[in-house]
Amino acid sequence: MSEAVSSLQSAEFEGLARVAEAGLQGMITLRGDLGARAVRAAVKAAFGVDVPDVNNVASAGHMGVCWMSPDELLLLCPHGEAEAKVAELGTALAKQHHLAVNVSDARAMFQVKGSGGREVLGKLCPLDFAPGKFEPGQIRRTRMAQVPAAVWMDGVDTFRVVCFRSMARYVFGALKAAADPASGVGVY
Amino acid sequence: MLILTCPYCGVDADETELTPGGEAHLTRHGPGSSDDDFHDYLFARDNPRGVHFERWRHTYGCGKWFHAARSTDTLEVFGTYPAQTTEPPKDICDKISGERPGWSWRIFG
Ligand SMILES: [Zn+2]
Repeated sequence: MSEAVSSLQSAEFEGLARVAEAGLQGMITLRGDLGARAVRAAVKAAFGVDVPDVNNVASAGHMGVCWMSPDELLLLCPHGEAEAKVAELGTALAKQHHLAVNVSDARAMFQVKGSGGREVLGKLCPLDFAPGKFEPGQIRRTRMAQVPAAVWMDGVDTFRVVCFRSMARYVFGALKAAADPASGVGVY
Repeated sequence: MLILTCPYCGVDADETELTPGGEAHLTRHGPGSSDDDFHDYLFARDNPRGVHFERWRHTYGCGKWFHAARSTDTLEVFGTYPAQTTEPPKDICDKISGERPGWSWRIFG
């Protein structure tokens, strides 16, 4: 089997916030009826987390469940476990209309950490990142500069960003420019 | 700048998260229809000044298509509603009537 590598191999940049490609991350797209008991039970059994409310994320340890649309979740797990989790979902949902795909190597994940994180992301996305408006537990799929991305917080000053792998270098460049130490505006 | 509330994920989406889909509530004329009906379905669109009903897609967000009722001259948004309907909901029509008495749009109003 080939050796898996993440797109930017954990590249880092230190500025208004610390921007880092997060390395290998297991990611599974699950589409189906999120209100169906079978779907909710399968997610809970495989990831130990309940299906979150609209625009929310739920996590426990290395496992996470992100609400992506009324019929789509992004499931997080260690990279090496993704194939097994897809198989587990497939077995549990054999009689339920659904789609479960391992997209780990088709996506890239970044971490933006530090007190300047809100400002860095605020420069790139048409969202209000003010404290109280965007907090841990919330997720937004949005536009980051010119490409689609999903953004959530997994700590007081820690953001996660997921984008398509083919756009990873573009997103890293945009995050670096937004985090340039000389570009602070102090909005948040 | 236009901000529309997506009826599926509930977020106030900036115009740059959205893709315009043109006029709403068109009747699809396909195989078996007359040439005139098919021509109008393909090419004839209203372009009113004032009340208009449109399709939009939350492209960068949840990805769903929805409808918006808005004014093309003031950019006021009267409301947004899901795509699974053939006509605007009554509460939005009532709201428009309150602000624009006598309005009409194709067969609605
Ligand atoms: Zn939406």
